[in-house]
Amino acid sequence: MEIIGAIITLFGSFVLLVASIGLVRMPDVYNRLQVGTKATTLGTILSLVGLAFVVPGWTAKLILLIIFIMMTNPVSSHVLARVAYFIKIPFTSRTVTDKLKLSDKALRIEHEPK
Amino acid sequence: MKFKNISVLFVILLLFWLALNNSLKLPVVLIGIGVSALVALLFCSKCSLFNDMKFSPKALVNTIMFLVVFFIELVKSNIDVTRRVLSPSLPINPGIVEVKTKLKSKFGRMLLANSITLTPGTLTVEVIEDSFFIHWIDVEDDEIGSASKKIVEKFEKYLEVIYG
Repeated sequence: MEIIGAIITLFGSFVLLVASIGLVRMPDVYNRLQVGTKATTLGTILSLVGLAFVVPGWTAKLILLIIFIMMTNPVSSHVLARVAYFIKIPFTSRTVTDKLKLSDKALRIEHEPK
Repeated sequence: MKFKNISVLFVILLLFWLALNNSLKLPVVLIGIGVSALVALLFCSKCSLFNDMKFSPKALVNTIMFLVVFFIELVKSNIDVTRRVLSPSLPINPGIVEVKTKLKSKFGRMLLANSITLTPGTLTVEVIEDSFFIHWIDVEDDEIGSASKKIVEKFEKYLEVIYG
């Protein structure tokens, strides 16, 4: 049991390592967020599942933690991306399209009175 | 409607309490039932969060299917991210595209936006009415129709049955 747990946790750490390499390599905020969100979600889930194998008594609590991570992680990165967009943090030069800028709906939201 | 909201919140709170306590002893369960009922009655007498949720065998099957598809997509997205990060040329082609959803309920849209964020190379930047603006790490198609088909459809068909 403990060996299985250790292997799963090792996979989780590998995914988190990839996430941190990605943070360094990606060229702008949005791409960093992409890597950060996905890899940290799976990395943390795998670490917790591995922990559940090592300490079976904690399983229920660890499942709760996994549910919370799955619910909060996408929300927080969505908010970060949205704020980054509206305070006009520049895109990388490799960006090919920005439909939000061209959309009249977005303009309406941006100019709404406070 | 009121009864449905209160009972759904009650069940969620009770399951949460039991998982946190990790035991099924009688006093623990009784306290859980009492407190969950009280909190649900106090805080959900006017809420409308679960109004659009449907409870039928079909909805249940679709919920399970949704979770399965979701986890497969999560693993796929991680393989994708790993490939992109570790390859020396950094193969990205990013941009923001617009997609449309058919979902009407707010709760369903929220779930859809969150699932999109956790699937390969897509990140929801802004939600305006029925349009989602999505940062795509590798833009294959920037037309609304075909992009919607590629990003949204695989989740939408399940959420549509559950939330209408």
